[in-house]
Amino acid sequence: MAESASPFTQRRRTWKDRALDHGFHWLSVVLASLVGVVLIAILVVVFGGSLEAMVAYGFNFLIRSSWDPINNQYGAFTAIYGTLVSSILALLIAVPLGVGSAVFITEAFLPFGIRKIIGGMVELLAAIPSVVLGLWAIFVMEPTLRPLLSDIHETLGWIPLFSTAPMGPGMAPAVLILVVMLLPIITCISRDTLDQVPVELRFAAYGVGSSRWQSIIKIILPAAISGIAGGVLLALGRAMGETMAVTMIIGNSTNFSFSLLAPGNTIASMLANQFGEADGLQVSALLYAALVLMVLTLLVNLLAEWVVRRLRLHYS
Amino acid sequence: MQSPSNVHSKDDLSVHASRADFDSAPLEYNLLLKHNREGIIYTLLAGLFASSAILPLLLVLGYVIIKGGSLMNLALFTQLPSPPGLSGGGIANAILGTFVVTGIASLIAIPIGVGGGIYIAEYSSSGPFSVFVHYGSNVLAGVPSILCGVFVYLIVVSTRLLFGESFSAVAGGLALAVIMLPTIIKTTDEALKLVENDLRLAAMAVGASKVVTVLRVTLPAAFTPIATGALLGIARAAGETAPLIFTALFAFYWPEGLLRPIATMSVLVFNYSIMPYEAQNQLALAASFLLVMLILLANLLVHQLGRLARG
Repeated sequence: MAESASPFTQRRRTWKDRALDHGFHWLSVVLASLVGVVLIAILVVVFGGSLEAMVAYGFNFLIRSSWDPINNQYGAFTAIYGTLVSSILALLIAVPLGVGSAVFITEAFLPFGIRKIIGGMVELLAAIPSVVLGLWAIFVMEPTLRPLLSDIHETLGWIPLFSTAPMGPGMAPAVLILVVMLLPIITCISRDTLDQVPVELRFAAYGVGSSRWQSIIKIILPAAISGIAGGVLLALGRAMGETMAVTMIIGNSTNFSFSLLAPGNTIASMLANQFGEADGLQVSALLYAALVLMVLTLLVNLLAEWVVRRLRLHYS
Repeated sequence: MQSPSNVHSKDDLSVHASRADFDSAPLEYNLLLKHNREGIIYTLLAGLFASSAILPLLLVLGYVIIKGGSLMNLALFTQLPSPPGLSGGGIANAILGTFVVTGIASLIAIPIGVGGGIYIAEYSSSGPFSVFVHYGSNVLAGVPSILCGVFVYLIVVSTRLLFGESFSAVAGGLALAVIMLPTIIKTTDEALKLVENDLRLAAMAVGASKVVTVLRVTLPAAFTPIATGALLGIARAAGETAPLIFTALFAFYWPEGLLRPIATMSVLVFNYSIMPYEAQNQLALAASFLLVMLILLANLLVHQLGRLARG
């Protein structure tokens, strides 16, 4: 570069360069904002569609259990009850099992290789489509369980929860298939959080003489509680919105029953069954129920975010 | 206290003798201690939990692979499903349909998701808009998949938005794209954030503009994690059923075009497993087998990609 006197020359970018740069920036902004657009559009569309039913039934919709397309009388209590009961019962069973398994996988009870295989397997199992779980529930689980559920009905039938004879699909099998679905989710999230607990905490616990399980229960699980609680809430959101496996095995009855052995309904399964063929006020009533489901899952997910932030321990 | 010399001379008998004098209570595992008994009980309990957590899922996999695998034959891949009540037939149109609908969804969701991820990771990682996008994609990921189907039904299907057609492969693809979108954004964002910042600084130092830095330096550096995340997202979308039952619907025929209803494996599993006919149930089982295989394959591929990337 002998011809240039100074070692530095100032070069301006061509307008093409600058246009490309700005254009790419704005393109990424537009693409990013599409998430918000879709989210708001879902809310607006579902809310708009449910207005008619909201005006017609108001809040009574939430506490009435009649679902009568012939006389256009709709109440979603059966479905809301089914959604909450099935997902909460499933969670109550799945949380101890899932967290217990996560502890078992992260602690050195088994050789590293075996634990890694189990961990990989659990991740894989989380990816099984729920429609396949539903198929298994119909073909294998429910027929196998029916004698057991009949025994429960015969011995404990005086409790309202078991007051009907099991006739195939029902709330209890739906809860069990939800447990199968939630277990890998809870196990994976709990395992990831347990892995992130600083090893110094464990060393300190051992250093002051606690046994392995004392340190797990008193030190490591409390340190990981934010992630575990967040994962549990995410699983609850997933359970409430789960459609296929539940629709295939819950029986889809719009009649209310306290019995876990009777066919039931959830909001998602009601949508899957009726939305395609509904018309008139029934569409609006279904969308009202969909709005309830949407609000419930949004609340649970926001709670999950809040819990994770609130309970997180800060190590410095 | 042990002096350093004791550690090195293990064969020195006098050292052992002096230690034995010192250790009045030798270290041994005492089963009678409360915390040891509790430890054994907890360990057994955790082992029991872990096995009961994995057992049902192994049963599902085993059932689908053994029962479904035994149903594999050529007709499955070449013939149309037989009408309810008749035996035989295949699921060829559903296999094709799954690829078509998932392909449409990927074509929509991957560019949008990667673009959104680029924005969060490269342009603004702390501004209010990027926080909004970040939370928005988290919230969207939590929206039940059936609601994505309802949404697309109301926007596209019932309004006949797409050239006057109602149920269509494109509508199904749109619904799946809504489900894939948060996964792709998250994957891209995380992958780009893992790229060493030195690379960005180096690119800037040699005078590269932002767009060149992103497209030529950081995006290629993050390619493998983005590709694996996208692949897993696609595999999961292929098994989604709820968004398709009233967007793509189902068809007993070969696909008649992208704007017509189309059969997919997942909807076939749903429709045919609740039918009271043995032959249809078997087709559902075969389709489940193929879906599970598809997902196993994607996971295996992801594993290999990860290993290749690590070198």
